[in-house]
Amino acid sequence: MSDHSITVPIGPQHPALKEPAGFMLQVSGEKITGVSIRLGYNHRGIEKACEDRSYIQDIYLIERICGICSHSHSTAFIQAVEEIAGLQVPPRAQYIRTLVAELERLHSHLLWLGVAGHEIGFDTLLMYTWRDRESVLDLLADLTGNRVNYGINTIGGVRRDIDPAKIENILKIVDAVEERTKYYINLATEETTLIQRLSGVGALSKEDALRLGAVGPTARASGVARDVRRDDPYISYGELDFKVCTSDQCDVYGRTVVRLLELMESFSIIRQVCAKMPDGPVSVKAPRKVPAGEALSRYEAPRGEDVHYVRANGTDRPERVKVRAPTLANLQSVAKMLEDRYLADTPIIIAAIDPCFSCTDRMIVTDERSGSTRGMCWDELRRHGIEWYRARGIDTTRIKLALP
Amino acid sequence: MEEEKTVNELVGEFPFLDGAVRVPRARRIFVTVPLDRFQSVFRRLVEAKGFTYLTTITGLDTGETFTLLYHLAAENGVVCTLGTSVPRANPEIESVSRFFNGGDIYERELVDLLGIRVNGLPKGNRYPLPDDWPANQYPLRKDWRPEGAPAEPAEE
Repeated sequence: MSDHSITVPIGPQHPALKEPAGFMLQVSGEKITGVSIRLGYNHRGIEKACEDRSYIQDIYLIERICGICSHSHSTAFIQAVEEIAGLQVPPRAQYIRTLVAELERLHSHLLWLGVAGHEIGFDTLLMYTWRDRESVLDLLADLTGNRVNYGINTIGGVRRDIDPAKIENILKIVDAVEERTKYYINLATEETTLIQRLSGVGALSKEDALRLGAVGPTARASGVARDVRRDDPYISYGELDFKVCTSDQCDVYGRTVVRLLELMESFSIIRQVCAKMPDGPVSVKAPRKVPAGEALSRYEAPRGEDVHYVRANGTDRPERVKVRAPTLANLQSVAKMLEDRYLADTPIIIAAIDPCFSCTDRMIVTDERSGSTRGMCWDELRRHGIEWYRARGIDTTRIKLALP
Repeated sequence: MEEEKTVNELVGEFPFLDGAVRVPRARRIFVTVPLDRFQSVFRRLVEAKGFTYLTTITGLDTGETFTLLYHLAAENGVVCTLGTSVPRANPEIESVSRFFNGGDIYERELVDLLGIRVNGLPKGNRYPLPDDWPANQYPLRKDWRPEGAPAEPAEE
């Protein structure tokens, strides 16, 4: 075998992956016989940078660790800080955090479903799910002012309250996206090409998932019923009713089914949060300086458990901030999943743990002659986009969408 | 409470832990042990107390020593943070990769960012610094500052 074995470098820059990671694959014929992963190409020194900034500045820095899991990281961080400072966060603030958390899970899982479709040549699914995801991003923009990097969290609570009109709008969109999700579940359980393409691909046994420390949907699709929301409840999850979705498929198909079922649980959680939203303030005053202490905070991000450790030294800056994002935990399992698989399955196997990549969307108009700047609000930006295309002969408003 | 039970059992088995255990809230245990006791307590937690999942390892620059915190989770939601210190002059510790196959990536962070020597670490790529990173430059040490940065951070 070694006579015919060659090494295929995939990455660090590769069109199948939107962020840098290097995979050196030892290949014999079409079969992968060995895997070596090189990470760290995007190491930005954020933990070190946090030590030089105030806690408030760190919220915004930490929110930018990830474009998709931005609320996950900022919530994990402030939970630790609030625990050290002994702050009692008002229940209404915790419910709003939970609401944003589950909306984030919706758009993240819909995004993943589209990427998975794309990696197996099913681009129609990408178009469908990303269109549905847009309506969730609109909700997040309506609630927080931004599609990602919401800036909703502050130490001691949240920065924006929610009103009944917004709740009504959320429930309407959630109903519509739930109908779409039921369609995707039918698709995943009945469409034989999809089932056959994903079944048995990227196998990870329950034993290996436990041994390698897999988290999130990757672990749950290998039969490991591990979910921080239930096991170690935080924000409002202790007061809400939901199932931990697992599958015994132990492959990419199982990871697809688990994420689809989790979408259904998220719809239910969002309805419960909207129905039980307590009255009262949305924040308490937080001290600028945090007393000496330490805390470990856990958060079930869409990709799996996110861990933050914070040590405070009595000043307005943390002594140490440690972050363990879920993808780092899951990449340990990828080498195992790739072993003995076909080279052509590499993109979908890697994509199936949902490795994280960033996206953001905001616009400031700058007039170079006068030097003046002005922001464009969401509706203006959307109108501008429609007009821009219409002037070039494309009228997007004539395309009928299923969603309101 | 699960965490109380674990703490009582641990202190019963390792009397030197009396006074070295903190339970700041439900499902959180912080234990500090001297370096020569670390392996035996770690093994006990993993093999007999149900802490079968290493969430991550935190390394801190604590002046004359480096503090290493191993955050071990159990399926019931309890996290036990087992901490120990190694001298700055000779920062050396045994790898825990024989307990956790996936744990080596967290130990590589200690090697790259704090300059800890981890004995028994399996061969593999470094993480997270680049291959051409200069020797003896450990960014998470408190006395390390990026080139060109002011000695003291500017006030906001």
